[in-house]
Amino acid sequence: MDIKIKKFEGLTKILPILTYQRINDEKIIVVSHEKLHFVLNCLKLHFGYQYHLLSSISGVDFLGKDYRFSVVYDLLSLTFNSRIRVKVFVNEITSVPSVVDIFINANWWEREVWDMYGIYFDNHPDLRRILTDYGFEGHPMRKDFPLSGYVEFRYDENKKRVIGEPIELTQEFRTFNFEMPW
Amino acid sequence: MILKKNELSRELKNFTINFGPQHPAAHGVLRLILELDGEVVERADPHIGLLHRGTEKLIENKTYIQALPYFDRLDYVSMMAQEHTYSLAVEKIAGVKIPRRAQIIRVIFAEVTRILNHLLAVGCHAMDVGAMTPFLWAFEEREKLMEFYERVSGARMHAAYIRPGGVSLDLPLGFLDDLFLFCNQFNVRLDEIEEMLTGNRIWKERLVDIGVVSSKKAIDWGFSGVMLRGSGLPWDLRKTQPYEIYSELDFLVPVGNSGDCYDRYVIRIEEMRQSLNILNQAIKLIKEGPVKSTNYKLNPPSRSEMKVSMEAVIHHFKLYTEGIILPFGETYTATEAPKGEFGVYLISNNTEKPYRCKIKAPGFGHLQALNEMSKGHMIADVVTIIGTQDIVFGEVDR
Repeated sequence: MDIKIKKFEGLTKILPILTYQRINDEKIIVVSHEKLHFVLNCLKLHFGYQYHLLSSISGVDFLGKDYRFSVVYDLLSLTFNSRIRVKVFVNEITSVPSVVDIFINANWWEREVWDMYGIYFDNHPDLRRILTDYGFEGHPMRKDFPLSGYVEFRYDENKKRVIGEPIELTQEFRTFNFEMPW
Repeated sequence: MILKKNELSRELKNFTINFGPQHPAAHGVLRLILELDGEVVERADPHIGLLHRGTEKLIENKTYIQALPYFDRLDYVSMMAQEHTYSLAVEKIAGVKIPRRAQIIRVIFAEVTRILNHLLAVGCHAMDVGAMTPFLWAFEEREKLMEFYERVSGARMHAAYIRPGGVSLDLPLGFLDDLFLFCNQFNVRLDEIEEMLTGNRIWKERLVDIGVVSSKKAIDWGFSGVMLRGSGLPWDLRKTQPYEIYSELDFLVPVGNSGDCYDRYVIRIEEMRQSLNILNQAIKLIKEGPVKSTNYKLNPPSRSEMKVSMEAVIHHFKLYTEGIILPFGETYTATEAPKGEFGVYLISNNTEKPYRCKIKAPGFGHLQALNEMSKGHMIADVVTIIGTQDIVFGEVDR
């Protein structure tokens, strides 16, 4: 390979990046949600970077922060054997532009983030729930969603079908998360 | 009454059928809504999530050690490959190097797992398409390989053997001898499977030119592993971003050229042969030595050391009451699992529990291309395409 990837630091000159950092040789850039579409398009099409492959999109919930959610895009460049992570921070009200028109496989990954975190993606062609049950309510990966959930299901002998009812725990769910006493 | 011609013509509607979720060829609990025009598939809409267990949510509520066994249960035919990725991610944040013997043991089991997975993939694929016999042969070999799992960990499948900081126990006596014996006979078993399939006219008629993916499309869909290599892209994380001792090993990466199901089948067979090759090299390379790192924040000290050192006892107590504490950090670690790039995006926040553990499952990415791959094919070819994608619902639904 004659051509080498352009320097990571050079990205700040051509892209509207808020911050960038390296953790253990992993490149991370943070962009605003208005600029996300442009940045991803640029990273994909720029000859010096060529991040053609979208590995995954993940959501993260930082409960208690101003910008509560973060959506993380992991890109991979096969040409230069390089990975980059693009992050965008949003709150409950703001939505993220969908990147399905850039990476077609963003479709399901965005559906998953929507399902799990309730982050809305603008212009997504088919934003349905994906992993949870038909008719599920709530976004289970949010930090304020309890681990045990709200509904439990059982087969009702009289109605001859599966019914859902509010969860009843004989013992309350306990998180063993105390400060270290010693 | 006179009938006009346009009244006579009937309106044809596409036929919609439900494929699964209990169909044996759906490889688990895939529900496919197929829109058919006669026997030709117009649209395939996979409904997934019927096996969703909330693994990521559960991991957030467990300590780093408790989270490990969930990884066995994701893709339940390539168990250790996923433990391996998770362990690598934890080690990366902790900044721990593991001893060489542990690295080689990990490589041995990563390759044993690859053979396990590909045997199931090829066997079940053949059975879906109609060839019963290779399936039985493949499962006989799988049983032998799972015995190796059992010998090191006590469990046939859900081993929890590869742990952050090394492996849980050293290899038992005589293990490598038996592995060597297995390697010697396995080539013949592969030849038998190939005799049955590779030149078989029916097998070829069902697989050649079915589910063709061009290399451009493969990148667009974010494919990885065999699906990417089948389309002619020589991309294997063991070669391109080597971990453990893969950079010292000598193996080839088979690549297809037409991107159809048949190419992917041939690649899987060849990868098993390459895995055998790696196993033989690893058996030669392995030397005596420790199998756990000496970082007591990740691994307990040895029993004998605890008899004489107070500090070792404290470390042991802290590790098993509190767990591993990782400093603030994040990583996306990916390895070449048998199905493709298996990634773990781990965020730690200086506590004993992961703040976020996103699992990038290769099957999830592959399955969403099913619509495009099966468009215009016969309904029977959908089964072939599901088989070639090597879908396992434990990892797709998580």
